[in-house]
Amino acid sequence: MVSEGSGRMSKYLVNKFLYSIDRDPALVERYRADPRGTVTWWEAERANVILNLPEMERSTWQAFTEAEREALATHDYVKLFELGAHHFLTLTLYIALFERDYAEPLGFQREYARQLQRWSLPYPDITT
Amino acid sequence: MADLVAVLATTHHPFFYRASTAPPESRPDFADEWVRKVEAYRETLTRARPDVLVMVGSDHFHQLFYDNMPQFLIGKAPYYDGNYYNEEREFGLPRMRLKGHEELSAYLLRAGLDAGFDFAFSNELRVDHSITCPIITTRPRADLPIVPIYTNIFAPPLPRPWRFVQLGRTLRQLVEAWPSAERVAIIGTGHLSLELGGPRQFGPHGPDPEFDRKAVEWIANGDIEAALREVTLDSLWTPGNATHGFMDFMLMMGVAGPIKADYADSLDLFHTMEAYFTWYPKGAAA
Repeated sequence: MVSEGSGRMSKYLVNKFLYSIDRDPALVERYRADPRGTVTWWEAERANVILNLPEMERSTWQAFTEAEREALATHDYVKLFELGAHHFLTLTLYIALFERDYAEPLGFQREYARQLQRWSLPYPDITT
Repeated sequence: MADLVAVLATTHHPFFYRASTAPPESRPDFADEWVRKVEAYRETLTRARPDVLVMVGSDHFHQLFYDNMPQFLIGKAPYYDGNYYNEEREFGLPRMRLKGHEELSAYLLRAGLDAGFDFAFSNELRVDHSITCPIITTRPRADLPIVPIYTNIFAPPLPRPWRFVQLGRTLRQLVEAWPSAERVAIIGTGHLSLELGGPRQFGPHGPDPEFDRKAVEWIANGDIEAALREVTLDSLWTPGNATHGFMDFMLMMGVAGPIKADYADSLDLFHTMEAYFTWYPKGAAA
């Protein structure tokens, strides 16, 4: 048996969430408006759907850890960085979510960098 | 045998399209110099009169993902649609359609396997801005057939830098042995120091100007050995967390060989340095 959200494989699932939301305009808006509801729905309905397979051929074991679920549900990109989510996936989706709230060009991107200032090398491992 | 008439190695900056096409009132102040440099660089390809473009880039988690991640992949399709919704959203990139060159794709796949590169392949590939940006900058008419080659510079474990160089050397040998009268250009794009989704992102220039200075020198001088001595998968984190894209430059150094570039230029932009290199293996007038 594999325990829920064990070890590294849920890092894959966090990336899969970021990737799946980012490529769908409706899901981007849904995740912006209702992050916790979107994460709950996605984990229940979509987490086990394998990207290139029919839905009936789904996995049976995908689940977030509590920390991952909470970070996604609170739009906590600093925590996602710490947990080793892929930095490019997090950045791209979060630009889509929040760039619109900043008047200056690259305003959100610079705020994002400021929020991560306490990190220095080596950064958290992104290996899945 | 085919002629390898030009080798181009450059950065791919997704903001160029928007900066260069913006109306005067919203055109950023750096746009004019950027456009001048890109147009001068474009001329280095035009002058070589290529018939087909082999394009080396890296998918940014668009079609390729962790469920099935190839290290090196060649597209073999009659057409490639280009750019994605999220690139339209973030960069204002247009949807494009590029013609493929299936014969050269098939040849490179077969000859690559026989030469020790077990390429993955795709018969239905939508290319992203790592391929479309150099089309926009160096061949905006988008009138030539392409062979896209993707490398994994994003999802660890990555191939090591020497493997990228070796792939470049092999690509050159294969193209030069291709039984065809066509004129081939190989265009590859990567990054100098770059940080994305980390504390050093979107600063006033690239995160590591000293790395950029050295990298530009390595490329301009064809100093593959120096690059291989200093660059490892671990060391590439230091200049910035997206600097593994520099390995696509190393691949192109492998294509060009250990010789000085015939054309070298760069531009210090906010958050990253732009760089433009061209070699003419057959001489500039060939």
